[in-house]
Amino acid sequence: MEELANLFHGFAVALQPYNMMLMLVGIMLGVIIGVLPGLGGANGVAILLPLTFSMPPTSAIIMLSCIYWGALFGGAITSILFNIPGEPWSVATTFDGYPMAQQGKPGEALTAAFTSSFVGALFAVVMITLVAPLVAGFALRFGPAEKFAVYFLAFCSFVGLSKEPPFKTIAAMMIGFALAAVGLDSITGQLRLTFGVTELLNGFDFLIAVIGLFGIGEILLTMEEGLSFRGGQARINLRVVLQTWKELPAYWITSLRSCLIGCWMGITPAGATPASFMSYGIAKRLAKRGGNFGNGEIEGVIAPETAAHAAGTSALLPMLSLGVPGSPTAAVLLGGLLIWGLQPGPMLFVEQKEFVWGLIASMYLGNLAGLLVVLTCVPIFAAILRVPFSIIAPLILVLCAIGAYSVHNSTFDVMLMLVFGVLGYLLKKCNYPLAPLVLAIVLGDKAEEAFRQSLLGSQGSLGVFFSNGLVSSIMVLGLVALFWSAIAEGYSRLRTAVA
Amino acid sequence: MTAHGSDGGPTHKAVERGTALLIAVFGLIVIVGSLKAGINWGAEGPRAGFFPFYVGVSIVAASAINLWNALRDHDDRLFAEWGQLRQVMSVVVPTAIYVGSMPFVGLYVASIVFIGWFMRWLGGYRWLTVFAVALGMPIVTYLVFERWFLVPLPKGPVEEWLGL
Repeated sequence: MEELANLFHGFAVALQPYNMMLMLVGIMLGVIIGVLPGLGGANGVAILLPLTFSMPPTSAIIMLSCIYWGALFGGAITSILFNIPGEPWSVATTFDGYPMAQQGKPGEALTAAFTSSFVGALFAVVMITLVAPLVAGFALRFGPAEKFAVYFLAFCSFVGLSKEPPFKTIAAMMIGFALAAVGLDSITGQLRLTFGVTELLNGFDFLIAVIGLFGIGEILLTMEEGLSFRGGQARINLRVVLQTWKELPAYWITSLRSCLIGCWMGITPAGATPASFMSYGIAKRLAKRGGNFGNGEIEGVIAPETAAHAAGTSALLPMLSLGVPGSPTAAVLLGGLLIWGLQPGPMLFVEQKEFVWGLIASMYLGNLAGLLVVLTCVPIFAAILRVPFSIIAPLILVLCAIGAYSVHNSTFDVMLMLVFGVLGYLLKKCNYPLAPLVLAIVLGDKAEEAFRQSLLGSQGSLGVFFSNGLVSSIMVLGLVALFWSAIAEGYSRLRTAVA
Repeated sequence: MTAHGSDGGPTHKAVERGTALLIAVFGLIVIVGSLKAGINWGAEGPRAGFFPFYVGVSIVAASAINLWNALRDHDDRLFAEWGQLRQVMSVVVPTAIYVGSMPFVGLYVASIVFIGWFMRWLGGYRWLTVFAVALGMPIVTYLVFERWFLVPLPKGPVEEWLGL
C-alpha cells in the first residue's frame, strides 16, 4: 500500500496553511470565473498562470487546479438562476435547473447541482488515486512508437466522439498541429514556417491561443447575443440544503451512471460538455419520470452536473500519467508543468512524488472546500452577475491582455491574442471545435517528436506502429475511433441517397 | 434558427464557405513553408518540413471537403444580423486600437482609456462611475501583479514620469 502512504504524505503537503490559503483563493477565483461570461476554466487558468511563475510548483498546481474546480462549480449557478450557462458544460443543467428556479425551488436545484458535482468529482478523484499510478507504471515502458500511438488515439477519439462534423474537427486539429510546428524544429534545430518573421521564432504559445480563442472569442459571441440578465433570487439556507440532501440518495443509480459516463468521457479527451449532454440524455430515457424532464426534475440536474464534474476531474488522469491532457483546461495545467520545469508524463510519479500526491490530495480537499464555499456564498456570486456586461466586458478584455502579455512579456502576443479571438468567434460560429485545436498546439511538438523518432528507429517504415502487440492495439483503437465517424457518415449518406 | 427582424446580414453558408477557403489558404501556406524547410529524409532522419507538410496536406484536404459540404448547403439562415455584427465590431475595433497602442503608451494608460471608452460609449455610465472603474482596475492590477506577484507589465512614458 505504498500509494496510501504517498496519499497521506500528499495530504500533509496540501494541508500546509499556505497551500490551504491558495486552495481557497483558487476556489473563489474559480467560481467567479465560472460565473462570468467570457471567462472559462481554460482561459481563466491561462490568464492566472503567470502569477504562479514564482511559486513552488506544488502550490502553483494546487491553486490552478482549484480554479478549475471552482469554475466547474460556478457554471451551475448562472445556469440555474439566470438560464445562462456560464460554461459550455453547464448548458444541460439549464434544461431542468432553470425551471426549478422558476418554480420557486432555486435552493433545491443549486444544492442538488453542487452536491452532484461534488459526488462526481469525488468519484473521479478516487478513480485517479487508484488507477493513475498503475497507468503511469505501465506507461513507463512506452517507447516513441507507443507514445505516438497514445497521441494518435487521443486525437482520433476527438474526431470520433465530438458532435461537430468530423472534417471540421480534423481541420481544426491540423491547424493546431501546424501552429505548433512553427518556429525552431526541436530535432534538427532548423527554422521552419516563420517566413522571416522574427516574432515567430519561438512559435505560437498555446496559452495565447487559449486566452484568445476562449476568452476574446466568448466575449464577442456574448456581445453578438446582447446579453441581458433576468434572474431569480438566490436563496439557500441550511433547511433547504438538508432537505435536498435527504432526497438525493434516492437517485443513486443516476448518480453512479453519470459518474461512469463522466469518467469515461474525461479520460478519452471528449471532455465535460459532451459528458453532461450524454448523461442528461441517458437519464431522460431511463428515469421513471423521464417524460417530465425539462419541466424542473431534480434528476435532470443531478445527471449532467455529476457527469460534467466527473469528466472535468478525470481529465487530469491522462494528463498526469501519460502527459496527454483530457480537456483544454487540463492542457493549460500541463503547460504550467512545463513552465515550472516539470516534465509531464509517467516519470512524474517516480521523480515528483510530492507534486503528484500533493495535487491528488488537494483534489479531495479542494472539492470539499468548493462545495462549502458555493453552498454558503451563492448570493454573493449571483450578485456578481448583476454587474452589467458593459463594465464586466472591458475588465475581462484587459485581464486577457494582461494574461497574454505576461506569458512572454511580449506585446506582440497581445495582438496575436486578438487575432485568435476573432478566429475563435468565426470558428465557433461555423461549428469548428476549438478543444482539439488547443490540444494539438500543446501536444504537436511531442507528437511530432515521437513520430519522427519512431520512424528514425525503423528507417522510415510505418510498420513500426504495428511492430508489437501493445502499439498495434493502441493504433487499431485509434483507427476505429477515427473511422467510427467516417463509417457512420458514409452509412447515413448512403441511406439518404437510397431514400 | 431562422432569421427574423428587418435587419439583413450575411448568410451562414457564405461565411462557412469563406472560412473553409481561409483555412485552405492557411494549409497552402503551411505546405509552402514545409517545402522550404525540406520534406524528404536528411542525414538525421525526416527533415524539419516532413511532419508539417502532411499536416498542411490534411488541412487542404479537410477544407476541400468542408467547402464542398458548404457549397451544397442551400439553407438561407443568417450568420448574424448586421446589427449584431456592428455590436461585435464595436468590441473588436477598440480592442484592436487598445492592443495596438500598448507598445507605445503602456498597459495602464491604454487600459484606463479603453475601460473608460467602453463604459461611457457602450454602457452610458456617469463620468464618476466611469472614472472609478477605469482608474480602479489598473491600480488593483498594479498592486496584484507588480507588487504582490512581481510580474512586470508594459509601461509607457507616463509610468516613467511617475517613477513606477
